[in-house]
Amino acid sequence: MSDWFAQYNYIVVIILMMTGLYIVFSSRNLIKKLAGLSVFQTSLFLLYITIGKVSGGQPPILLEDKSYGKDGGGQSLLSGPVEVAAGDAAFILPGPGSDVLYSNPLPHVLILTAIVVGVATLSIGLALTVRIREVYHTIEEDEIEAADFVYNLEGTAD
Amino acid sequence: MSFLDLVPDWLLIHGPAFLMALPLIMAAITAILPNKRVAWTSTFIVTAILTLTAFSIALYNVEVGTTLYKMGGWAPPHGISLVIDALNAPVIVLIAVMSLLTVVYALPATVAEIRPNKRAPFYAAFLLCTAGLLGMVVTGDAFNVFVFLEVSSISTYVLVAMGAARDRRALSAAYNYLILGSIGATFFVIGVGFLYMETGTLNMADMARILADLDGGSRVAKVAFGFIIIGLGLKLAMFPLHTWLPGAYAYAPTPVTTFLASTATKAALYLLLRFTFFVFDPSYAYVADILMFILVGLGVIGMVFASLQAIFQTDVRRMLAFSSVAQVGYMLLGIGIATTASVAAGYLHLINHAIIKGGLFLALGAMWYRFGITRMEDFRGLGQTMPLTMGAFTVSGLSLIGVPFTAGFISKLNLTVAAADAGWLWAVGVIMVSSILALIYIGRVLLLAYFQSPPKVNGVEVARNEAPIAMLIPMWFLALSSIFIGIKSDAVVGAATRAAEFLLGAG
Repeated sequence: MSDWFAQYNYIVVIILMMTGLYIVFSSRNLIKKLAGLSVFQTSLFLLYITIGKVSGGQPPILLEDKSYGKDGGGQSLLSGPVEVAAGDAAFILPGPGSDVLYSNPLPHVLILTAIVVGVATLSIGLALTVRIREVYHTIEEDEIEAADFVYNLEGTAD
Repeated sequence: MSFLDLVPDWLLIHGPAFLMALPLIMAAITAILPNKRVAWTSTFIVTAILTLTAFSIALYNVEVGTTLYKMGGWAPPHGISLVIDALNAPVIVLIAVMSLLTVVYALPATVAEIRPNKRAPFYAAFLLCTAGLLGMVVTGDAFNVFVFLEVSSISTYVLVAMGAARDRRALSAAYNYLILGSIGATFFVIGVGFLYMETGTLNMADMARILADLDGGSRVAKVAFGFIIIGLGLKLAMFPLHTWLPGAYAYAPTPVTTFLASTATKAALYLLLRFTFFVFDPSYAYVADILMFILVGLGVIGMVFASLQAIFQTDVRRMLAFSSVAQVGYMLLGIGIATTASVAAGYLHLINHAIIKGGLFLALGAMWYRFGITRMEDFRGLGQTMPLTMGAFTVSGLSLIGVPFTAGFISKLNLTVAAADAGWLWAVGVIMVSSILALIYIGRVLLLAYFQSPPKVNGVEVARNEAPIAMLIPMWFLALSSIFIGIKSDAVVGAATRAAEFLLGAG
C-alpha cells in the first residue's frame, strides 16, 4: 500500500489518461472530444515531468565554467556546494567538487515542446469545429452524420 | 559517380539538415506570398531542390555508407543527430520525388479544388508537411521524431480540411483524422517516454545499444514497445486502426490525397521498421511475439477484410483508400515474418505501393478535374473520353493487382517467395486471395471504362476531353516507373535488400 502512495503521480497519470481517452471515445460532441483529447495529452505532460524528478534532487543549475564564477587567476570562487536562499528554502547548488543530486531537466524541455504541439492541435481542432458549425449548423456528431447521410443519397456529382 | 562530382561538397555534408530546414523556412515565406503563380513557383523550386538533394544524399550513402550529421555541433547521444543510412535513404528519395510530382500536378488541380485566396496557404501547409515527413525520416532522435510527426500531421489536417471547397465532408474527415492522429502521436510519445525511463537516452542508436546490454529490458521497455506499436499503427493505418483513412483520402484535395497515400503512411511504416528492428530487436521474446501475432495477424486480416470492403464501395476514391489499408497489410506481413528476405519484400512493397497508389490517385484527380466524377457508375466510357488518363490508371491498376512486368508483381513475388521460404504457406494463400480481390475491384472499374460507351448528355455522346499536360506528366511518370521497376528491378530490389540487411544482418 505504501508503494502505491509513493508512486501516486503515476496513479494520477493513469486516471487522467483513461479519463481523457474515455471522453474522446464516448462523447459525440466535437468540443467535448477536444477537451478529452486535451486531458489525455495533459496526462502525458505529467508523466514526463514525473520522470524528471530525482528523489532528493535539487534544481539543476550549474555554476561551473562561468567567467563570473572565477577569480582573476582563473581559480573557481566556489569550492563545494553553495547555499543560496531561494524563497524560504535554502538550495544547495551542484558546484565543483560537489556530488549533489539534481533533478533531470531534459523531460521538462521535451514537455515544453509537447505543450506547444498540444496547443497547435487543439487550435486546429477548434478552428475545424468552427468551420463544421458554419457548414452543418451543429457540432453534434450524430446530427452531422444524419446530414451527410441525406447528402449522400442526393448524390455528390456536382 | 559522375553525378556526385557535380554536387557541391557542402550539400553532401549538410544535406540532411538542408532537407528539413529548406522547406520549413520556405513554408513561412510561401504563406505570405501572393496567391497566384508566385507561390506555386517557389514551392516548385523548393521541391526540385529537395529532389536533387535527396538523390545526391542517397547516392552518397551508397558510396560511403551511414553518415551522421551533428545538429549544431552537439555530439550524440546528447545532441540531436541526423542519420542517413541504407534504411532511410530510399524513403527520403521517395518523399522528395513525390512532393515534386505533386506540386507539378497541383498547378491545374488547385485551380479546380482550392479557393483562390487559399492557394498560398495551401502550398505553405504542403511544404510544412514535406518538412515534417523528411524530418521524421532523417532524424536519429526519438523525441525529434515525435515533433516532426506532429509537424507533418498538423499540416495534413489543414490540407485535408481544404477539400471542403469541393466536398463538405472533408471537414468531418479532417476532424476525425485530427482526433485519431493526435491519439496516435500521443501514444507514440508515451512509448518514447517509457523508453527514456528504461534507457536514459533519446538517441535511437544509443537506445538500441543500452537495450541490447539490458537484454531487451524490463517490463518498462515492453510497455514502451506496446505504446509505440499502437501509436505508429494509428499513423500507418494498421487494420483496425484505419478508420480515419478512407474519409481523409476520399475528401481531401487530390494532390493531398496523392501525397498522403504515397508518403505519410510510408514514413510511419519506416518508423515501424526503425523501432522494431533497429531500436528494439526481434531477438527479444516480446518483440518476436508482437511481430508474429499482432503485426502478421492484423496485416493478414486487413489484407482480406479491407479488400472486401473496397469491393463494396461505390466511390472510387474510397475504394482505393480501402485498398491502401489492404496493401499496408502486405507490408506488415513482410515485416512480421522477420526474415531478411521478407523485410526486404515488405520494404520493396512500401516503395512500389507509393508509386502505384500515387499514379492511381493522380489519374482519378484528373478525371474529377475534367468531368467532376469519383463514383464508379460515372466511369462508363472513360477509355474513349480520356484515353491517356485511363491508360495511366490501367497500368497502375494492373500493377496494384500484381500483373507480371509491373512493380506490384515484383514485390508480391518477393513477398510470396520469402513467406514460402520461411514456411508460411498459409500466408502465400492469403496473398493470392487478396490479389484476386484486388483484381475484382480494379477490374470492375476497367470493365466500365473500356467496355461501355460514354454517357449521353442531351442526346450527344460526351466528347474526348483529355487532362492537361501538367497532370499527364506526373501520372505517366509514375505509371512508366511502375513498368520500369517491373522489367528492370535491380535498383529498387537492391535498395530494399540493403535496407533489410542493414536491419537484420545478411543471411
